[in-house]
Amino acid sequence: MSSDMAMSVARGYAIPRRVGSHRARQMVNAVMTGLCALAVVLALVPLASVLWLVITKGMHSLSIAFFTRLPLPVGEVGGGVGNGIVGTLYMVALASCIGLPLGVGAGIFLAERGGGPLGHAVRFCAEVLAGVPSIVIGVVAYGLIVVPMHHFSALAGAVALAILMIPTLARATEEMIRLVPATLREASLALGVPAWKTSLSVVLRTALGGLVNAALLAIARAAGETAPLLFTALNNQYWNADPRQPTASLTVQIFNYAISPYEDWHAKAWGAALCLLLLIGALSLLAKLTARRRVNA
Amino acid sequence: MSPAAATTSRHAHTGDRAFAVGLTLLGGSVLFVVGVIVLVCARLSAPAFAKLGFFHFLAGTDWNPVEDSFGALPFVYGTLVTSAVAIVLAMPVAIGLALFLTEMSPARVRHVVSFFVEILAAIPSVVFGLWGLLVLVPILRDVVEPALGRWFGFVPLFSGAPLGIGFLPAGIVLAIMILPTIASVTIEVLRTMPAALREGALALGATRWEAIRAVVLPYARRGILGAVILGLGRALGETMAVTMLIGNQPEIHGSLFAAGYSLPAVIANEFAEASGAIHTGALAGLALVLFGVTLMLSAAARLLVRLSARRAVTT
Repeated sequence: MSSDMAMSVARGYAIPRRVGSHRARQMVNAVMTGLCALAVVLALVPLASVLWLVITKGMHSLSIAFFTRLPLPVGEVGGGVGNGIVGTLYMVALASCIGLPLGVGAGIFLAERGGGPLGHAVRFCAEVLAGVPSIVIGVVAYGLIVVPMHHFSALAGAVALAILMIPTLARATEEMIRLVPATLREASLALGVPAWKTSLSVVLRTALGGLVNAALLAIARAAGETAPLLFTALNNQYWNADPRQPTASLTVQIFNYAISPYEDWHAKAWGAALCLLLLIGALSLLAKLTARRRVNA
Repeated sequence: MSPAAATTSRHAHTGDRAFAVGLTLLGGSVLFVVGVIVLVCARLSAPAFAKLGFFHFLAGTDWNPVEDSFGALPFVYGTLVTSAVAIVLAMPVAIGLALFLTEMSPARVRHVVSFFVEILAAIPSVVFGLWGLLVLVPILRDVVEPALGRWFGFVPLFSGAPLGIGFLPAGIVLAIMILPTIASVTIEVLRTMPAALREGALALGATRWEAIRAVVLPYARRGILGAVILGLGRALGETMAVTMLIGNQPEIHGSLFAAGYSLPAVIANEFAEASGAIHTGALAGLALVLFGVTLMLSAAARLLVRLSARRAVTT
């Protein structure tokens, strides 16, 4: 009888009014639980495969030279992706200089004054921006920087990465600031501290751990981007520290090595992929640690 | 009021005003960036639209940069087919995973699995492309596609020579990449559901699955749809993995085994070496189409997720 009542609650949905025997229902329950568990396994198999192969195949390529040397032409033994590692770090640093202030600033705006129509518009645009494919951002950086400068450049790549950082940062910053208890702000205001100073030195300071965490995750994400760099920073066979010149990156090197027909370059692609995962892993780990410290504080 | 106090208070007001202006400018920069995206794409693509005409460009099937003939249809087709394969494969797995984590598993399993799903989301797409090209493609070419062809060859989807590269591997890798998106948003949606509803069903004697089927899924329907649309948006715009796996042939084939092309892939391959304003313009036009579609999708998805969250608050 109890199950009849359950079914009438569920009227209109797929469960039949006449329910089967207790055992049949338990069977269905067990089968569906099994299927859901199978989904977990199915989701984790590709992850395990990717990580395992990148680590085992990439290990063979790793050496001091791989981290420090320039790439060599096909067939020549040795050589590395040193310029790609430096190029990625360089462009990500440049992108952070542009993207972090804008993203965090937009987040502070949303948390502090995001109630009005402008706030809603900004929030909507940040959501739209988060969904824009990174290749489109690459086209935009091309039109903004490469066309007027008549040159592929590290700066163009950095601008593309910076735009990609803004929406995630804005959203995370807003959430972090909203987590700060209102009583802190009120206490500061009650002591006669001006509102702007309260925002900066009380609210923002309290949220700082969360902001660092968000910034590290945004940087890790930018380091793994390839598409927006293809026709902004292009690539470079040599070292480069000039923001006006084309620059190599780890991700574009992986792409070029992977689509080549040479075994030797495939091995380098796995090695470069391992470098990239180590870099992203280190940044994410750092982010996790800052997050944990914030919880403890 | 003493003069000193008046000055401090005026200072405070100036500080507040400056702070407000600064913040508004920073917030406004997001609007500015979105505006710049539309403007730059429109300006770059203007020469192509002027020469080809927008609808002719969209519906054209011929893509031949040498003769300045540009039609977007093969790319739109490839993008839709690979995304459809990705959604069909990823949706059941992601929802199953989300249900298992929120409704069935002990807390410890939940933490471990969500950690791994987070890692899956953090792997760059070029690494998935590398894995797809050097690991998945040989398996598909030698094992999976011949088998599918033998058993289901009468279905046009699984006909033709097993190449390894093509719509199928691109779709499979896309499925892996959008799975974390769909799963994590679905989990968020399921978490907003009031426990009392689920407990009510269980208390009335429903089994766990019956509670899911009769109460949880109907309740979370809209949010899950939003999660799938968000995943679709990611699949449509995903570039590197698809570029490496789809085969890069601007052709329209009915079979999943055939090689094709997608919107982001052609931009990635041809933009740097585009010859002349019309070719660059046509590629920027494709970017504009992609922007328009993902804009509508993300707006729809956020709306759905928000509606279901609002319902959670009011119930």
